[in-house]
Order: sequence, then structure tokens, then C-alpha cells
Amino acid sequence: MTQKNEVLLSVRNLSVSFTTEDGEVNAVSNVSYEVRRGQTLAIVGESGSGKSVSSLAVMGLLSGNTSHISGEVEFDGQQLIGADPEDVRKLRGNRIAMIFQDPLSALHPYYKIGDQLIEAVQIHNKISDSDARKRAAEMLDRVGIPAVEQRLDEYPHQLSGGMRQRVMIAMALINDPELLIADEPTTALDVTVQAQILDLLRDLQKEFGTAIVLITHDLGVVADLADDVMVMYGGSAVEQAPVREIFYQPQMPYTWGLLASIPQVHVNSTRLDPIPGNPPSLINMPAGCVFAPRCTYKDQVPNNLCETTKPDLEGTSEGHFARCHLSSTQRDAIRVANNIGRSS
Amino acid sequence: MSESTPILRVRDLQKYFPINSRGLSRRHIGDVKAVDGISLEVMPGETLGLVGESGCGKSTAGRAMLRLLEPTGGEIEFAGQDIMRMKKRDLVPLRREMQMIFQDPYSSLNPRQTIGAIIGAPFDIQGVKPEGGVQKAVQDLMERVGLNPEHFNRYPSEFSGGQRQRIGIARAIALKPKLIVCDEPVSALDVSIQAQVLNLLEDIQDEFGIAYVFVAHDLSVVRHISDRVAVMYLGKIMESAPRELLYTAPVHPYTHALLSAVPIADPDRERARERVILMGDLPSPSNPPTGCVFNTRCWKAQDRCFSEAPVLRELSAGHKAACHFPETGGLNAVAVNAPATGSDFSAN
Amino acid sequence: MFPYIIRRLGLMVVMLTLLSIVTFLLFNAVPTDPALLTCGKSCTPQIVAANRIRLGLDQPLYVQYIDWVKAIFVGRTYGSGTQTFPCHAPCLGYSFRNGEEVTVMIKAALPITIYLAIGAFILWMVFGILSGIYAAKHHTEWQDRVIMGVALVGYSLPVFFIGLVLLIFVVVRLHLLPYPDYIAPQTNPVQFLQTMILPWISLAILYAAYYTRLTRSQMLETLSEDYIRTARAKGLPESVVIRKHGFRAGLTPIVTSAGLDLAGLLGGAVITEFIFSLPGLGRLSISAVTEYDLPTITATVLVAATFVIVANLIVDMLYAAIDPRVRLS
Repeated sequence: MTQKNEVLLSVRNLSVSFTTEDGEVNAVSNVSYEVRRGQTLAIVGESGSGKSVSSLAVMGLLSGNTSHISGEVEFDGQQLIGADPEDVRKLRGNRIAMIFQDPLSALHPYYKIGDQLIEAVQIHNKISDSDARKRAAEMLDRVGIPAVEQRLDEYPHQLSGGMRQRVMIAMALINDPELLIADEPTTALDVTVQAQILDLLRDLQKEFGTAIVLITHDLGVVADLADDVMVMYGGSAVEQAPVREIFYQPQMPYTWGLLASIPQVHVNSTRLDPIPGNPPSLINMPAGCVFAPRCTYKDQVPNNLCETTKPDLEGTSEGHFARCHLSSTQRDAIRVANNIGRSS
Repeated sequence: MSESTPILRVRDLQKYFPINSRGLSRRHIGDVKAVDGISLEVMPGETLGLVGESGCGKSTAGRAMLRLLEPTGGEIEFAGQDIMRMKKRDLVPLRREMQMIFQDPYSSLNPRQTIGAIIGAPFDIQGVKPEGGVQKAVQDLMERVGLNPEHFNRYPSEFSGGQRQRIGIARAIALKPKLIVCDEPVSALDVSIQAQVLNLLEDIQDEFGIAYVFVAHDLSVVRHISDRVAVMYLGKIMESAPRELLYTAPVHPYTHALLSAVPIADPDRERARERVILMGDLPSPSNPPTGCVFNTRCWKAQDRCFSEAPVLRELSAGHKAACHFPETGGLNAVAVNAPATGSDFSAN
Repeated sequence: MFPYIIRRLGLMVVMLTLLSIVTFLLFNAVPTDPALLTCGKSCTPQIVAANRIRLGLDQPLYVQYIDWVKAIFVGRTYGSGTQTFPCHAPCLGYSFRNGEEVTVMIKAALPITIYLAIGAFILWMVFGILSGIYAAKHHTEWQDRVIMGVALVGYSLPVFFIGLVLLIFVVVRLHLLPYPDYIAPQTNPVQFLQTMILPWISLAILYAAYYTRLTRSQMLETLSEDYIRTARAKGLPESVVIRKHGFRAGLTPIVTSAGLDLAGLLGGAVITEFIFSLPGLGRLSISAVTEYDLPTITATVLVAATFVIVANLIVDMLYAAIDPRVRLS
């Protein structure tokens, strides 16, 4: 019997690098996290943070010859890294599903919606075409698409962006997976459609008990859906905590920077506080903390530690980890001084 | 210093794109009504935010109001001059005063030109000879926008997205225009870079007194940078108001829905909110609904909304809305998950 | 879909008409007397004069054109009085050089060209596409480089070179095959195959190299598309991903090219037929040119061009069958 809050996916020390003409790109460095049944983990980061690559590695979707993956990924007791690709393939689209950002390019333009859905079912289940079609119709209905019978015979380019994303969700959930990885599922959608899709994901999670890994750069979406959050920067996990902690008691300068630099729709802001500098290069990684070049507080750490030594991920309080050399007293002081987060 | 003449005034601006049948004879069978009669004003030195979702016509409107796209109808007045009826060649010297910044930092710069040439082009095109020469002026501009002036011989491909957007800004302010239409200037940038570019735009506005028409879909960004905001839907303006009023006391149901849909980066608040979820999809701009264009998704739509199109009228100081039954109770007065009436789920 | 087909058919008719006018003018509206182009080396002014009248070359151009087009549908009779030369429908002209209706000559030559073209087509499509897919699958590995290298060589070697080399080594030196001597397949299938194998191979090598490169680049492009990632994320086996999702998506330029290449060959693979002494359309065209046989030249050009125009239509329809976005727009 499976229990809620049991760990479904456990990632330990995952590292991914790619060999390119310009050098070795360290896309993911030593990332560890856990996803529990029925819960949502949000992985937050900007482009180049490694958030998408880490999930592609979990799914076994990185091309073998140019990528190097190390570490452990355990799904319901099964080891995925280094496993037989056939075994991993059987999990994909079946027990672990993934949806992507742009639903128009993610669906095959030449095949009907119904055929693509039926294919998704029949890869992992021996059922007849008509039964598969029934299942496809059920899923389309469940995700809120009207005129289902007609939709099954249409092509992706005939649907709107919101409907295509619903089709993607239907296709991902059609085999009742235990884990859904959603890579920027609403970034390409209008805000009203985004609200519909987020609502849909929340309902489906309640109904089917699916765990969700939500990859996004939008902190509003994180606040809406996530139970736990992992903030990534330059390939490393720099802060991990339950969602309220991340917003109300953030412990890492990059998180502070993110929260301070985004305009908010419900408050008046006179001036944004941007993070200075540019995103890091993943090829020649700095020796110390990956965020050091842009960090305003590194001078508070003695002996130039931030630039020489990479900080470990340290626990600060219940389930909250931050990768930073600043002491907790220093962090509290900075937070108070700059009015970051709040006392909940 | 306060001038009450708007720097840009637009009345009933229309931009239709003709649809031709694809038979052996190409007949004009309809129009995509991208911009269907909008009126607005921009005062000197202020920012008008033009906000809406995809397909609402805001980008088309931005281009049409500068006559970068030829409008199919309406009036445009720039600094008191009627530019709608002007001959194209008479418009050229006016282009010094009105500029544009584009969305995609990767396609809006010619990859074969050095950034020095790109930023210096306005001087050459308009025949302006700045003191100290074009190169000096270009390098000053580069410094102003936060680029290293020694890089003027580099090519766009050597810069990041945020830096390219700065190049676009430098080019736009080169001749010190009075108005810049910014078409989604930060949408394609990473979050930490967005803030840098937004601050830069604000600084430049303070320094040079440039008016902005800021076209965007991101309501948070628009709130931050605008003085007044206009909300567009399916080619028409639904509501326009000073910023504070629009965000704290919107009256149009669509504005309510939009604001309700934007997730807030604050978990307690976000999860406690009452939400209005709009059902259905956007109708096609080639076949907009009769009456109020929002009637297919509006939960309050009544008979009148299907037969009579509401006019954009002023409800209180500077606050205009195009609705037969505007909300008057403030942001939180709207019912939770109001059910939809009508259901037009056709694809675009 | 239906209006699409009607539009394409209409376009095809227009193009065929234009083609006939252009071809006709090309050969009959020349500054020099076309009648001189009807009898070659052993010409006498009397024959030239006689030909001029028989072929109706003394008539105004538009009359000649109309007669010529009419003849294709209903046939005509050349000459008058005692010396009449009947030309049965479809009449493509009368060759006084050979004393035969051109249609008869073409009918005899066409099957050979068809066998040559189709045989080579099957060979090059199978080899080209399979090796292209294989190379794309093993992109960045040594297999890809080897295949590309071989393709480059195949692409660079002229057909006559390959043909002659094969002839010399396989037939003359090693006596693996008898000297090519064409015979219809129904009459003697073994000899047919022995004759055709070398021309098939020499023609196929060039085209296979091109299709290897084309297929490979198409596959590389489609395999980097998002829907391939979705297909893999669904758990599809890689072979199905490549075949069903990748290949079909990249098919359209391959189909377009293949259709037009085949059509071009049907007009006569001149060099190959010449080297291997195959009496096909290509050989016919060459001899018509060297022997100054104007009606035959005109006819073979018309036939070859017609193949290409019809192939265009077929390719367009295949395009619509493959890509639903085309037929529904």
C-alpha cells in the first residue's frame, strides 16, 4: 500500500555535462532532491540554470553520445541512471510523464490528435484501437476540451494554444502516471489560459494523486502550485525549502535578488532592485560559489571564501537548505535591513 | 512645463487585414479586424501601458499609431500635427521624434552590421551631424545604456539578449525622440535582466522626457512602469484608467479576469485569493462577436451585450470603460469562479 | 482537398499548353529555314523543298502550330497527291529521315527508358534513404563520416566515368557479365537483367549519393524538433520514433526531389543509354539531333517535358497527402 508523503522520486548528486566544440558544459552540478507522492516540487531558475536538463536526465531523454550523467536517480525503488534503456523507456509515458513548453511544436503536425493519443496508450497497454480511442476521448473530456469526438480527428494546428496544452496534459496523464514533470507548461500561454491550466493541474493532482515536478521561472506560478521549491542557479541547487519558507524566509542572496527584482501585480513599486551582472557561463565555472560574481553580500564573508570555495548545501531549519557562506545571523540581519520576505 | 497637448492622440484607429479566398479567383471575403477602432492619448513624458493577451491587437496598434503599418481608418495626431493624411515623404523628418523598440533582441538587429553602425544609423538616415562626430555620439549612447563603448565594432551575435535590447534602446534614443513605442521590450529576457532593462528605460525617460507607449502582456511589468493603462481585447479598448485605479478598482469584467489570473508571488495571498477563471477561448478576430466583443466569455453578459456594442465612455476622472454593466465594487467584489455564459471554443 | 486538386489540374493544363507553344516556337520559329533541319547530311535542295511542303513548313506559323497540336489528338496526313504519309493519332510528327511516324519510334524507345529509370529509381531510393537514416542515427560517430565520404565520391564522379569503368572491369576484364545487348524482359528475362544491371547501378550511384545527403540532413533537422522529444517522452521505442515521427516529417522535400528526378530521367538518360547501347528515348534524342531530324527532336522534347509537368502535379498531391497543413489551408 502506498502512503501519501512517501518518497516517490529521489535524486542524489546528479551531474550532467555536455561535450561541445567550445568545451565541457557543466549543465547540472551535484543536484539532490526528493519528490513525494501527490506533492508538487517546483524547480525555479532562469535560462541556463539547469532546471530543464536535470529533468531530461531523470527521464533518460538526453542523447547518449554527447552527454555525461552521473549520480543516482531512484524512482519507486528502481534505479534509473545506468539502468537498461529499455527499462527506463517502459517507465516513460507510463509511470513518469513529461509535458513541455510549446504545445504547437511538441505535437506532431502530420498526425491527428486522436491518433497521437491512441499511440500514447498503445505503447504501454495491449488494448484495441476502439478501446484506446475511448480512453483518449475520456481524457480529452477530463481536461476540459469540448466537442471531443470532433477534436480527435483534428490536427494540432487547428486548435488554439490553450487547447493544445490541454491535449498535451491529456496525453501525458492518459496512462495514469505517478509522476508528471511539467517543463514551463504555461510560459507560452496567455495569462487567462495559464490560470485555466494551473487550475486543471491542481484538480488533476487532487483526483489522481499525481506527484508533479513543475519547472518554471515564474515565482507567481510557484506560489500558486508548489508544496516544495528548489531554486537553481548555474547548474546548482542554491536553495531548497517548503514553499512558504522560500517566499517568507529566503536564505540565499540569489533568491533575495529574484524576489526583489520582479514587479508584482498587487503592489505599487517605484524601483526594481535588479541583480547586477549577467548569467554565468557554464563552460569555465568559477572556482567558488557560482553566484559570487553577482552577489552583493560576498564582502561580508571573510577570507574571500565566496570566490575560492563552493559552499555546501546546509540546513537552516525544518527542511530548509541553502548553499551560502553567510552565517544565519548575517542573513537575518540582511533580510531585516532590506525588508525581504516577511514574518508569516 | 505641463503641457496639456498630448504628444500622441489617436482616434478610432483601425487596422484591418484583408482575407482573400484561395480559389482560382481571389476575392476579398472578409477582414481580420486586428485593431477595430481604438482611441487614446499619450501625454509628454508619461508612459501609457497598452496591455492585453495574444491576438488583442496591441502590437498591431503600436505599429499603426506610428504608421509603420498603414492604418485602414482613424486619425492620428502627433504633437498636434495630423500625421494620418501626411504623405510618406513628409513623415520622414518626423520619424526623428517617434521611435520604436522591438520585442525580439535576436531578430531586431541586423546581424551583418556592427553595433556602431546600427546605433549610428539614425544619424545618417536623418542627416544629423552631432558635435564631435557620429562615433563619439554612438559611444556616448552606448555608455548611457550600460554597454562598453569600446565594443562598437562588435557584431550583435557577440552580445547576450539583455545587451542586445540595450543596443536597440540606444538606437531608439539616438536622436532624442519625443515618443517611443516599446513593443514587449522585456518579454524575451530572463527575469534578472528584465529588471535591469526596465530601470534603464525609466532612467532614460526621466532624463530625456520621452513618452512611452509600453505594449506588453505582463500585467506586473505594466503596473510597474506605466502612468496610465489601457486594456485591449479583440481589437478594442475595454478599459483605460490611471494606473492605481485600474489595478485597485477596475470596472470592466475582463480587467477583473485578467488581474485575477495573474499569479502573485506570495503563497498565502495567492492561495487565499478569490479567482475569476475565464472559460473558453478567444474568438477569431476575423469573426468577432456582435455586440460587445467580450460577450462570449463574460459571466455577466445579458441581452443588451449581444446586440449593442458598448462605447468607451468616461465613468470618473480619467477612468473609461466600454461596458454596459461595469463593476463598481472594487477588486474583491467579483463573484468566485463566475460561470461562463455562451461557449465559443472554436480555434483561431 | 478537392479544390486543391482542381486548382493543380487546371495549372497543369495551362502549363502543358505553354510548353507546347514554347517547344514549337523553339524549333519552328528559327531564323534559318527549318526545312534544312529535316534531312541531314545527304541533303539535296529538292529534298529540302519537298520536305518543306510535306511538313507544311511553308504555312504561316500559327497554322503550323494548330495543325501540329490537332495532329496530337486526331492524327494528320503529310504531303498530298501521290506521295502521302499518314500519321496516326497521337501524331507527334513524321520522320522523313527514317521514314517512320515519330510516335512509333517513341513507342519503341520509351519502354527501355522506363525500365532503366524505374530500376535505377528503386535502387537509389532504397540505398539512399536507408543510408541517410543510418548516417543521421549515428551522427557525430564514425559511421556518419564514412557514409558522407562515400556519398561525396559518388556524387562527384560523372556518370559516364562510372559507366565506362563498370563496363571495362565487369564486362571486358573480368567477364562477369556479357556485353549489354538489350532485349525485352518478356522475351528473355535473364538477358534483360544482365543488360540492365550495370546501367542501373551507374545511374543509381549518382542519385543515391544525393539522396543519402538529403535524407540525412532532413532527418537531422526533424530529429531535433520538439515533437520527437514528446514521442520519446511517451516511451516510444527509438526505431518507431525515427520511422514514424522523424522520417515522415522530413519526407516532403525527398518526395518532391524524387518525383522530379524520376520524371527527368523518363525523358531519357542520355549518357547512360549511350554508353550501354540501350535504344531508349535518350538515344533517340541524340540521334535525332546528330541526324538533323527536326520532327523527332521536337517530339522527344515535348514528351520529356510533359513527364516533368505531370510529375509536378503528382508530387504536389503527394505533398498534400503527407502534410495536412497544406491541404487544409
